[in-house]
Amino acid sequence: MLVYIIRRSLQAVLVLLVMSVIVFVGVYAIGNPIDILINPQADQTERELAIATLGLDKPLWTQYGKFLLGAVHGDLGRSFVHSTPALGLILERMPATLELAIAAMLIAIVLGIPLGLWAGLKPNSIAGRSIMAGSILGFSLPTFWVGLMLIMVFSVMLGWLPSNGRGPTTMLFRIPVSFLSLEGWRHLIMPATNLALFKLALLIRLTRAGTREALLQDYVKFARAKGLSNARVIGVHVLRNILIPVVTVIGLEFGSVIAFAIVTESVFAWPGMGKLLIDSINLLDRPIIVAYLLVIVCMFIVINLIVDVMYSALDPRVRLVDSTS
Amino acid sequence: MANEQTPFKRIASDFAANPIAVFGLTLLGLVVLTALLAPLISPQNPYDLAQLDVVEGRLPPGSASPAGGRFWLGTDDQGRDMLSAIFYGLRISLTVGVVSTLIALVIGLALGLAAAYFGGRSEALIMRIADIQLSFPAILIALILLAVLGQGTPKIIAALVTVQWAYYARTVRSAALVERRKEYVEAARCLALSPLRIVFRHLLPNCLPPLIVVATVQVAAAIALEATLSFLGLGLPITEPSLGLLIANGYQYLLSGKYWISFFPGIALLMTIVSINLVGDQLRDVLNPRLQK
Repeated sequence: MLVYIIRRSLQAVLVLLVMSVIVFVGVYAIGNPIDILINPQADQTERELAIATLGLDKPLWTQYGKFLLGAVHGDLGRSFVHSTPALGLILERMPATLELAIAAMLIAIVLGIPLGLWAGLKPNSIAGRSIMAGSILGFSLPTFWVGLMLIMVFSVMLGWLPSNGRGPTTMLFRIPVSFLSLEGWRHLIMPATNLALFKLALLIRLTRAGTREALLQDYVKFARAKGLSNARVIGVHVLRNILIPVVTVIGLEFGSVIAFAIVTESVFAWPGMGKLLIDSINLLDRPIIVAYLLVIVCMFIVINLIVDVMYSALDPRVRLVDSTS
Repeated sequence: MANEQTPFKRIASDFAANPIAVFGLTLLGLVVLTALLAPLISPQNPYDLAQLDVVEGRLPPGSASPAGGRFWLGTDDQGRDMLSAIFYGLRISLTVGVVSTLIALVIGLALGLAAAYFGGRSEALIMRIADIQLSFPAILIALILLAVLGQGTPKIIAALVTVQWAYYARTVRSAALVERRKEYVEAARCLALSPLRIVFRHLLPNCLPPLIVVATVQVAAAIALEATLSFLGLGLPITEPSLGLLIANGYQYLLSGKYWISFFPGIALLMTIVSINLVGDQLRDVLNPRLQK
């Protein structure tokens, strides 16, 4: 187990290094941020001064070396636009994204597992069929468009919910959060629902398939033969066995929720890291783009590792072995 | 032999057994036909500036047009007929989706077959890259690439290809690994056929069914991804307005209640994706040998 974690961590560092080179070279090789950042009326000396201040006159590999050295010390460069450390800007936006992602995941879990269970227990009923049809729709609806339609219905037509932003935040352990105030909830609920839809569809399908499979197993038949109540058979025997794959998928999908938050944040002007990324790409603010990508790759590696470890803890039949060993 | 079903006939009759799938196929046919015939059936050429008049901007659906007809789906901010814009946008969205899928298919097919046939180091390398890539969401990879490459139609196709190839490589490899151990491949080897001939004439045709299923679903995913990227302003240029760009264009007018500029292109996008997914779902069942009677 320990060897496995060390091995995975080494592999992760390698992935991170390769990613940093690709991203750095790619991001720095395109476009010319000088044209955007410097006043067009500036004369040649002012331009050169600005280029030198930003370190853009050095050869690319020197710039990368400097970047890598800084990165090891937790310094991912300074934003061209905001003139503040890039990592700081991203960490500042991270709570908003995490809150949105967690809220979305909770919505998907709280609705998805019971609905999937229902559809699995009564696959041929009208309710079961409607749930499945709804889940196919959930897979096919483009997230950003659903977001726009939610705004149209709930903000423009009904005027119930605010269409953008995070609203006032409350401090919780020095982290600003929305969910502690009613106004915060009113801002959070629509983007979180939007982000949850795709995962909701996925969880419904997964739970339904698992339930249908579990119902045919001998241990369920045996539990019924013992005369256990229906609630106990389903609540204890069926549910527990379908939870293993469901928990794995929830873990793995959490990363993808954070990635898809980029879209939802753009639609609802939610001040998270995803919106920061899109703004930075449009402004060619390279240090932020590079820093965002490295932060998110780190998050993915950590999430994947946690899921793997959790999986083996939940299901003793699974042994963690690296494919290369 | 005369009354024996050809594989194609069997697949067609199995497919037709599900009315929802037939509905999906019909819808898909209509969508493709609309995209192909867009210049012929559109009420106006939405990109001929001479036909546009800003005075007719943002008219609600059903307004009368100066040419004597009606703007059935309203107009956008430049007085463009939304119905025509959607027909043309459908053309662009479908083209980008299909072209990128085909390119990714060929690349994934070649790498997957090579990995399965030659094995060893090259297999380990190809599959490891695919694994690492698949552990990140497609949208993130596409965004990284577009941030690196910049914008433009060839670049978004390149991004979509990069996102997709790994699915095909994996699918083909796993199918080919099963097939290459079968006797007909052994027989072909005994006949001293060249490896290229064995791979392309014997292995490839037998790996196609799962690949077709993946490709169908991936076309829908590619169209949705392109629309999302275009909506974020990182996809197609403004001169090639796909459905995603049309929706993005309507975003700023949504808050003033002018819903139709975003709403109808979204419906067209939804119809396209749902129809492809319905067809893909049924193909999966029909082409799955384990479900064959």
